[in-house]
Amino acid sequence: MTLRKYLVLLAVVAFGATGDTFLARGMKQVGSIDVQHLPYLLHALLNPWVFVGIFCLLGFMWSYMTALSFADLTFVLPATAVGYVVMALLGRFWLHEHISPLRWLGIALIVGGVGLVAGGPSRTEHPGDSSSEGGQ
Amino acid sequence: MRVLYTWVCIAITVCAAAAGDVFLALAMRRIGDLGELRKQHGFRAVLGRVLGSSALFCGIFFMAVAFFSNLVGLSWADLTLMGPASAALTFVTNALGAKLFLHENVDRRRWIATIFVCLGVLLLTRS
Repeated sequence: MTLRKYLVLLAVVAFGATGDTFLARGMKQVGSIDVQHLPYLLHALLNPWVFVGIFCLLGFMWSYMTALSFADLTFVLPATAVGYVVMALLGRFWLHEHISPLRWLGIALIVGGVGLVAGGPSRTEHPGDSSSEGGQ
Repeated sequence: MRVLYTWVCIAITVCAAAAGDVFLALAMRRIGDLGELRKQHGFRAVLGRVLGSSALFCGIFFMAVAFFSNLVGLSWADLTLMGPASAALTFVTNALGAKLFLHENVDRRRWIATIFVCLGVLLLTRS
């Protein structure tokens, strides 16, 4: 793994966590949407927080696609699991959501589990793949 | 009723996100390393290959379904429930999808990690 590839994974984490947090903040301003009023979702796109959230998620999409071009799906997802911690911290300190000790333990288990996976090789080699690089 | 809606949203988000990820991973595997491709052929060639992939558009379609389902869910539930629950369950379905459809090497270490993630999700949703 080169520095560029680590930076791509970091970008996946940063854009994903900030995008979700901006969306959550925007949707709290928009309020609950009933199943009978789903078209109101389009109106939610006009909320500035939702708009910035979508912009961040576009950055997430590009960096995610780049990461998937050099590593397995089952490597990229665990390797970017630190995003759950970032999201929890943003939810706690910015959105003032309550996180109980059990929820913190749950987040720790998720990060521990996905950290296990990240210790393996990043790419499964298949004959005929466009990308020939493997390993970590 | 709101709890039921939240979990339906999580289920739709998880299935659509997993399908989207599998299609996207398939597309990017066929296209190759974007960084290397850009170095060798330039940004226009990268854009051409990315936009010419039908698997990529299938992936984006399912991701859009997951996105709107997630958006609805976020209007009912906390980010700290909706985010980790849907993302962690997506991780499990992704591991299955990657093994079945992408033939990735999902070994014992990765399955143990999946159990850790499931326990983590249970703790997150029951506390």
